Amino acid sequence: MVATMARKKQGRLRAALEHASGDNRFKILEVQMKKHQFRQDALIEVLHKAQELFGCLEDDLLLFVASKLKLPPSRVYGVATFYHFFTLKPQGRHTCVVCMGTACYVKGADKILAAVEEETKIKPGETTPDNRVSLLTARCIGACGIAPAVVYDGRVTARQTAGAALDQIRNWGAK
Amino acid sequence: MIHSDLLQIKAKELAGRKKITLRCCMAAGCMSSGAQDIKQQLEQAVAAAGLQDTVEVRRVGCMKLCCEGPLVQADPPNALYVRVTPETAPSLIAALQGGRTEVAQTDPEAAFFKRQLFIVLANSGVIDPERIECYIAADGYQALHEVLHEMAPKDVVAAMVQSGLRGRGGAGFPTGLKWGTVAKSPGAKKYVICNADEGDPGAFMDRSVLESDPHSVLEGMAIAAYAVGADQGFIYVRAEYPLAISRLQIAIRQAKQMGLLGAGIFESPFHFNVDLRIGAGAFVCGEETALMASVEGKRGAPRPRPPFPAESGLWGFPTLINNVETFANVPPIYRRGAEWFAGIGTEKSKGTKVFALAGKIKNTGLIEVPMGTPLRVIVEEMGGGAPNGGQIKAVQTGGPSGGCIPARHLDTPVDYESLGKLGSIMGSGGMIVMDNDTNMVEIARFFMEFCMDESCGKCIPCRAGTAQMHHLLDKIIRRQAAASDLAKLEELCDMVKSTSLCGLGQTAPNPTLSTLRFFRHEYEALLLAQAGGPSGHGDLNPPPAAAAT
Repeated sequence: MVATMARKKQGRLRAALEHASGDNRFKILEVQMKKHQFRQDALIEVLHKAQELFGCLEDDLLLFVASKLKLPPSRVYGVATFYHFFTLKPQGRHTCVVCMGTACYVKGADKILAAVEEETKIKPGETTPDNRVSLLTARCIGACGIAPAVVYDGRVTARQTAGAALDQIRNWGAK
Repeated sequence: MIHSDLLQIKAKELAGRKKITLRCCMAAGCMSSGAQDIKQQLEQAVAAAGLQDTVEVRRVGCMKLCCEGPLVQADPPNALYVRVTPETAPSLIAALQGGRTEVAQTDPEAAFFKRQLFIVLANSGVIDPERIECYIAADGYQALHEVLHEMAPKDVVAAMVQSGLRGRGGAGFPTGLKWGTVAKSPGAKKYVICNADEGDPGAFMDRSVLESDPHSVLEGMAIAAYAVGADQGFIYVRAEYPLAISRLQIAIRQAKQMGLLGAGIFESPFHFNVDLRIGAGAFVCGEETALMASVEGKRGAPRPRPPFPAESGLWGFPTLINNVETFANVPPIYRRGAEWFAGIGTEKSKGTKVFALAGKIKNTGLIEVPMGTPLRVIVEEMGGGAPNGGQIKAVQTGGPSGGCIPARHLDTPVDYESLGKLGSIMGSGGMIVMDNDTNMVEIARFFMEFCMDESCGKCIPCRAGTAQMHHLLDKIIRRQAAASDLAKLEELCDMVKSTSLCGLGQTAPNPTLSTLRFFRHEYEALLLAQAGGPSGHGDLNPPPAAAAT
């Protein structure tokens, strides 16, 4: 039983490494790890780079990182799932991040979020079935002076309303 | 780099100054409203008017009045333009030449600015955060030079004790005492960490300091490292702050190039390197032991103290952890003297405090006030009160670990002890104003949901307790709770507060407890009429279809 499990795992790792050999992004990631001298404490930095390159952290990618940094896969998976910034699922073509910090909240971010949920029929953390929009919430993006703030495709937008957010999302639909 | 080099850079920078400076706020708030384009338009307009030799368009950090951004300041004549757009920007150049501009101005002498006292934010909105020369021209790195050449490490610690500076991360631990403990701890290696994991929702002081004046933090860290005998520093900064990260990277590179970081700083035997560590979105990582675990590349779970980081921290070595604002206070203290600093503020809380003023208030933005300033001055005079004729109901400080101070206590001075007496905390500096539209029970639930999501799950009181408290608050808001539920909520608050492992759990009940203390009637108004109700002991599920009208 134990032997088969180990063999199965090795098979997966081999498949992951084989998969990696044909993809240039893995090479870039390896260069990044080399920059950190393959130090195990650089795991979070490496995962940041991996997510930047691939968009999300899929199992193969985590196995690849684990083997290169000589860390147990459980540790890499544990770190990837602990932090909110890392996502294990692919994102949609557009992202809408509603800031739910306290300043945004008292200025009506909850109403913006409710309107967007109603429009897209998805909850925060989900992506529409047509892969168009991913809806996310942020703990606080530090833009409290211009609350409520929403981040559309990485662009912070000040003083939003439910109407403005819906316009933006419908605009994405048109494209 | 020796002292005369520093003076030479300063002299050259000052000699190169043009007659008029146009300062464009390029902190994250204004950047999101097109500050980059505005700066470009201004530069083009300056070139078109042939004013390159008299007008400098300078990128600066936060100019504090965020709600009126993007901001541009013309100096002279000290005019502060608000809500500038790329289209209206060129008219500011015309105004410099005696023409007219449609762009509105705000009074730089208004209470919002006049009541402030700048120590930490002295360079914010004045210098270019991406040019080290600009920081040096504002006497930057002078304190580090003096410390390295004129003072022994133990004198540096003694001066810090004398200044009376207390940690600006929230708890207010005396900084000098912390430095002294790390300095005394034996260790082959020591570390200095800057906690820039500003997780408190509604706070943006650390972001602004890093975006506006990153070198002051680096200089503060270097002085601290010399005092405690460390040679490696880390800045743990949130991934949500990309602009702060990029400005820090630039600052570290420039300081290294000039020999102000690295080996043999100012030709002394002192070595100090700083590396960035990017957080990945976990509120608990603001807790020092969790932060260290994260720097080591692990899950951000806290561990019991003692041993304190000062004795056994990063990789088991003595480690000094201070907040961004604490480090930013360090260079001015050594430049102007500990007595000067100790003369500001109250008896037990020295210096100033930076607050991020936000929420239901006219003037939102960044303020720095002397300790002991009454809340009323901040909220009514500086903040201008609630907008649209609303009435201020409460002021929330300390975020998910703090509490709500009701309007009738607005005369409370802002210092560690006075806020503590009201069941709140100084916190890192988030200050959210709430008006009569704000439902306090919903605010309590909002913070409890935050703590529930952010609990790392290591200890049971926090992991299970926050979930149950959130459930009870939710039940109260859905008008399905009885008086016994309220009693159970209070009991749970007490239990979680006294038995959780780290600060997150120990303070998670604070927003609920403080709203219960001052706004109990709002809770009671939501309870079911019959006291006792259907909810028995241990029943944490909502009763079916109870009074859902």
